[in-house]
Amino acid sequence: MSQPLMELRDVDKFFGSTKALKQVSMQVEPGKILCLLGDNGAGKSTLIKVLSGYHQPTSGTLLFEGKTTRFATPREARQRGIATVHQDVGSIPLMSVGRNFFLGAEPVKGRWPFQSIDTRLANEVAVDQMQKFGLTRVTSGEQLVGTMSGGERQVLAIGRAMYFGAKMLILDEPTSALGVKEAAMVLKMMRIARQNGAGIVFITHNARHAMSVGDTFVVLIQGEVAASFNRGEKSREEVLNLMAGGEDMSELEEDLEQID
Amino acid sequence: MKRPEAGAFAAFLITYLFFALATPGTGFVSVNGTAGWLNLAAELGIVAIPVGLLMISGEFDLSIGSTVGAASMILALGTNQYDLPIWPMVFLALAAGGLIGLANGLAVVKTKLPSFIVTLATNFIVIGATMGVSRLIANVTSSSIVASDSAKFVFAARWGQANISILWWLLVAYIGYRVLSRSVFGNWIYATGGNLDAARGAGVPVQRVKISLFIATGLAAALVGILQGVQWNSGNATYGMGFVFQAPIVVVIGGVLLTGGYGSVTGIVLGTALFGVISSGIFYTGWNTDWIQLFLGLLLAAAVLANNYVRRLALSSK
Repeated sequence: MSQPLMELRDVDKFFGSTKALKQVSMQVEPGKILCLLGDNGAGKSTLIKVLSGYHQPTSGTLLFEGKTTRFATPREARQRGIATVHQDVGSIPLMSVGRNFFLGAEPVKGRWPFQSIDTRLANEVAVDQMQKFGLTRVTSGEQLVGTMSGGERQVLAIGRAMYFGAKMLILDEPTSALGVKEAAMVLKMMRIARQNGAGIVFITHNARHAMSVGDTFVVLIQGEVAASFNRGEKSREEVLNLMAGGEDMSELEEDLEQID
Repeated sequence: MKRPEAGAFAAFLITYLFFALATPGTGFVSVNGTAGWLNLAAELGIVAIPVGLLMISGEFDLSIGSTVGAASMILALGTNQYDLPIWPMVFLALAAGGLIGLANGLAVVKTKLPSFIVTLATNFIVIGATMGVSRLIANVTSSSIVASDSAKFVFAARWGQANISILWWLLVAYIGYRVLSRSVFGNWIYATGGNLDAARGAGVPVQRVKISLFIATGLAAALVGILQGVQWNSGNATYGMGFVFQAPIVVVIGGVLLTGGYGSVTGIVLGTALFGVISSGIFYTGWNTDWIQLFLGLLLAAAVLANNYVRRLALSSK
């Protein structure tokens, strides 16, 4: 087994007397997709914030590339190659694809005071990068991001993170607000990012999406790791049951199907 | 149709043609007539550009009016009461404008209060302070300005009817265009107004962007105060009060969204030119100039509706 990109060992996170995370251990490996599953309130958000440097663990250790690490700020984590893509993606609708892609790291040409953004380069790279990740509908970097679908914006954000050298991608519910086709596009993109060697943390409560791309799985219940297993070790029903905290979800599903 | 300035361009064209056809033989389209409306537009245009950039970044500045007056009074008190040479006073006036902008910027980003109300307060504070201090020093709120020949040339030269302020307007417009459409800073302006959290997340120093634009607005307002003061040979605390709402009006007519994130310098220039054409054109028709306000109000209403439509259009398809 290769060295994990990031490893948590017995991490606790308390807010006052509230225990948000209890003894969480997990490993994010390069070129693998780790699915983080859990119902609302299971501690997924807190865990993401610990991984991306917004929160520091109350106790326990966080290792990044084999070394014990403490990120002072999210910016530091970002500089070390940890990119977080949130559900709302954080793109700017009334700006072009090229300008969004390079926001905060704009390529320039010419000398001050006549220095300007190299718009052509920005547009070319942005479109090229998105096509690499399987998005072929967007062919002009001048297109406004607001005209793109939610899935396409996810592709833009993930492609952007990869282009700027992210080693680890934290994807917070990237598929949950999307239709079937759109979700498939994003899942396909995650596979491409995995091939490129990124370690991916895929946060979702959709077991089907998780099973279709995941290599390893961590199920979180009330801040604790309820189960962690590899691909193929558990069936979808078992995963669903785990997420629901041991209640028999398949029965509930059957009940629901009978209503239709 | 998708560009932010499209509506302003059409409105400008229609209005210009209307006045050109409605006032045959009066000289509206002559060189002097053109210089006339450009003069009317120029000083407003100089403040409207930074105000527009500020609005694209998502903030307002209503303190421009009193800054214009304060700058002119600094020239008047310095050159007339203290017999100081004008050039140092010019730089002092610009510094005061920049400082007012800095104060606005810091107040807005630190308190997170709406800039609309913060700068409205500044507007009253500055005009009140200008009047009060002028009264204390010279017991006046307006006073004449003693300008050197070089200052008179730079700020008040005239060729025929055309005033040098038109050149200043073009210069400010060119700088504004370079900054907004070509520079990295311009990308940050759009991003700050378009989605503050996303901009911050991408590492854009959003507070610095806003403060810089407030300072630029203060500097531009001070420049207008200097231009007006030297041109009219006097300073007055109430100069520039008309700009307080005229500037945001022409900015919106120029296609800048009130919510920020969208607009162009070309649009702002066209919106200002439209203002000049209406103000001057009404005069040529021989109608009462009271109608100008009505015209502007209707245009503003139409522009806000049109902008909303253009924005939806821009987001609707490729």
